[in-house]
Amino acid sequence: MTQHDSGVTFGYLDEQTKRMIRRAVLKAVAIPGYQVPFAGREMPLPYGWGTGGIQVTASIIGPDDVLKVIDQGADDTTNAVSIRRFFRRVTGVRTTEHTTEATLIQTRHRIPETPLGPDQILIYQVPIPEPLRFMEARETETRRMHALADYGVMHVKLYEDISQYGRIAKAYDYPVMVNGRYVMAPSPIPKFDNPKMHDAPFLQLFGAGREKRIYAVPPHTSVVSLDFEDHPFEVQSWDRVCDLCGADDSYLDEVVTDDAGGRLFVCSDSDYCAGRRAAGHEGPAAASAAGAALSETMTAVSREADGEGTP
Amino acid sequence: MYVAVKGGEAAIDAAHAQLADLRRGDRSVAALSLDQIRDQMALAVARVMAEGSLYDPDLAALALKQAWGDVAEAIFLVRAYRTTLPRLAATRPLDTARMVVRRRISATFKDLPGGQVLGPTFDYTHRLLDFALAAEDEPLAEPPPPAEAPLDPDMPRVTDILGADGLIEPESDPDADNPDAPVPDLTREPLTFPAGRAMRLQVLARGDEGFLLSLGYSSQRGHGGTHPFAGEIRMGEVEVEIIPEDLGFPVTIGTVTATECQMINQFQGSKTKPPQFTRGYGLVFGFNERKAMAMSLVDRALRAPDLGEPVVAPAQDEEFVLSHADVVEASGFVQHLKLPHYVDFQAELDSVRRMRRAAETGEGADS
Amino acid sequence: MNAAPLMEAERPLLAVSGLGKAFGARRACDDVSFDLYAGEVLGVVGESGSGKTTLLRCLSGDLTPDTGTVLYGPNGNGPGLDVHALPEGRRRLLMRTEWGYVHQNPRDGLRMGVSAGANIGERPMAVGARHYGHIRAQAADWLARVEIENDRLDDRPVTFSGGMQQRLQLARVLVNGPRLVFMDEPTGGLDVSVQARLLDLLRDLVTRLGLAAVIVTHDLAVARLLAHRLMVMKDGRAVEHGLTDQVLDDPHHPYTQLLVSSVLQA
Repeated sequence: MTQHDSGVTFGYLDEQTKRMIRRAVLKAVAIPGYQVPFAGREMPLPYGWGTGGIQVTASIIGPDDVLKVIDQGADDTTNAVSIRRFFRRVTGVRTTEHTTEATLIQTRHRIPETPLGPDQILIYQVPIPEPLRFMEARETETRRMHALADYGVMHVKLYEDISQYGRIAKAYDYPVMVNGRYVMAPSPIPKFDNPKMHDAPFLQLFGAGREKRIYAVPPHTSVVSLDFEDHPFEVQSWDRVCDLCGADDSYLDEVVTDDAGGRLFVCSDSDYCAGRRAAGHEGPAAASAAGAALSETMTAVSREADGEGTP
Repeated sequence: MYVAVKGGEAAIDAAHAQLADLRRGDRSVAALSLDQIRDQMALAVARVMAEGSLYDPDLAALALKQAWGDVAEAIFLVRAYRTTLPRLAATRPLDTARMVVRRRISATFKDLPGGQVLGPTFDYTHRLLDFALAAEDEPLAEPPPPAEAPLDPDMPRVTDILGADGLIEPESDPDADNPDAPVPDLTREPLTFPAGRAMRLQVLARGDEGFLLSLGYSSQRGHGGTHPFAGEIRMGEVEVEIIPEDLGFPVTIGTVTATECQMINQFQGSKTKPPQFTRGYGLVFGFNERKAMAMSLVDRALRAPDLGEPVVAPAQDEEFVLSHADVVEASGFVQHLKLPHYVDFQAELDSVRRMRRAAETGEGADS
Repeated sequence: MNAAPLMEAERPLLAVSGLGKAFGARRACDDVSFDLYAGEVLGVVGESGSGKTTLLRCLSGDLTPDTGTVLYGPNGNGPGLDVHALPEGRRRLLMRTEWGYVHQNPRDGLRMGVSAGANIGERPMAVGARHYGHIRAQAADWLARVEIENDRLDDRPVTFSGGMQQRLQLARVLVNGPRLVFMDEPTGGLDVSVQARLLDLLRDLVTRLGLAAVIVTHDLAVARLLAHRLMVMKDGRAVEHGLTDQVLDDPHHPYTQLLVSSVLQA
């Protein structure tokens, strides 16, 4: 553990604010899927860039925690790097890129491929917490709809997708019913990740800073993706494997390697991919020049995440 | 050859170094001092203080310098600093009737107690670039001629004059049923709807000037029109008072420069209640008439439901206006689109490819 | 036969007593009382400003009246549900199942941004229908019943004519088989020829489905065609109330006489 910047409070937020946020978190845990308004603070990072997740993390982190921050599943994206650096500075806690080592994982847009355990907490950054927003713009009305479980309009949207496109077109931020009561936005994770939320052994916390809402899915809670009996919910699948590590069970990112149609498909979860490669797995393009360049970058970033990189 | 994108802390550090270098600019040009910014860019400083909702000209000047002159970025810096400050006391309401006035005009009465005071204003300047200012050694401006007579210390607010005759609605207590209730604090409580006027005025006071200006303008053009008259605009210094707990009486802790606008709007009445003019209110830190006037137009437009008027235009829609007025929120969310969205985009791409494949193979939408 | 079915038949579906609603000093609706029985159609007529729409909104729970009660007795026994004392969730559920509300302007009653099929399917989905194929088949069936071509099922209502939009609204309201429908000038904004077709359809549906309905209209021809009974409103009060033919052929109140004669002259 390194020393945190003594010029700022541990975790940046003052104790009064942390208590206020913890109260909101407790309420959210008590009412799974319900959006609890909280007096979000202005953070030194912009709204829309993870201020909700950062405030939740800052309120529950302790000196013995080990923090992992991912964006798009990867530890090497600039905003993940920036948030990880922020917490290293204001808490001095150890950071990691290894999913299994982390006690807290703050994420934007992914759930790690490696299954999480009961001692881990996943904190999602949320841009638009209201799943009904795009059918009903008005907060006063959406809150009433939640209160009355008046959710017919969600299926109107899904019906419309099927009638227009032949399938439910929603590919990310796919709405879920939590604990049989509240319809919830899972944040813009791909629907590929939705099944990981159901009956999960770990606590899931969601923070929306700009919209000033916190919500939660406690461990072992039912999380069901909305669908129709004859158009059941299904996740993305690929007819190929990760070009670097050969995984056939992970969410793949498409990387454009040239302007002649060259593509690589690689795990969006950089730790999962690196772990598999370290264990000797090899994908079809691992030996190609582009594959080698990609994997070199990912390895360089992992050194930084472990605190060995440039200070 | 394909080269993978380098993320990481080194790249971020390099970006910060480039920014600092560009911000400083040509090293042969003297660096700006905070005094210069505070005194010679005073209106930019005022806007940063108003929307940053922190009255501190030196910090606002620092923020402007650090932000490379970007006002919205400077406001963000001030806000992020403000949120870390302890809350020592709540002031008493500013008594703008006791303002030491530098400018005071009314569009509703040709003359009135205290008189019209034109004061420093761009209003009647002809907007011609003054190339004399471009000279390296700017000649010292002539000091303004001394006033013919000292200003009348007694300058009652126009709305108070009308109010004495019952011609304008009384300024109602935001929580009339519970006058001792603490005023809600936007920075300590989540904004929920309906917000109520006290909360509304706080959002407007630190709301984005451009947004309020456009909304106020739209109400003038008939989108929720309120037939306003600028009853009074006054700018000057006003004392800030607190009541320390151990003293029990008000103590002045300083003065702030503020601009206040009281808009007098279309009257209301019925057979049983004689018609009265209605109010729209604007108050901002510093000298900023444009913002104070826009705010008072929007405040009045937002009172439509309370006054039994139909809500038909954006400026009258509380949820719409308050949810989108904050420059820090708006700027953050618009610009967050720069962040990686590889995963969601990949999900959409996959969806579109599947649907296109289905269309090609003749598998109709009617499944 | 025991006595219970007989009692059921005698208990009104909707019992309205002493309903009053004021806006400021103006009494938009003043001491209105009536009973409505299952399968019965009540026409509320009067000129604009007479309080008809206010009455309808009070009946349906959309407005809270200052005085009076509205009791809804779906089962014919017990005191019935006090509509304005119901929690909002129950009232919304009623509006999606046993009740319907047809707006004068179809835009107020339709979701203009989604297809005709989704509009009709919303109510079944709101009460738990989860089979896309069944919902779609039901929507197609209702589209046919309101005489709209089946190939319009996936089109948005913005591409429909006014008369089609109004028929689509009927389908959307009737799909869940309501027992009681409130209609506010259902033929109001339409051309005369389009009106005639809609009226025929309405009469046919109301009869076939055995609907109870309260229809507000300023058009006595509409009232004569659809309503079993008429209530004439003036300045918020019900000035005359009776069987439709009686009221129209032998009006007692001077205002009703004026209304009827003005139509005859026109």
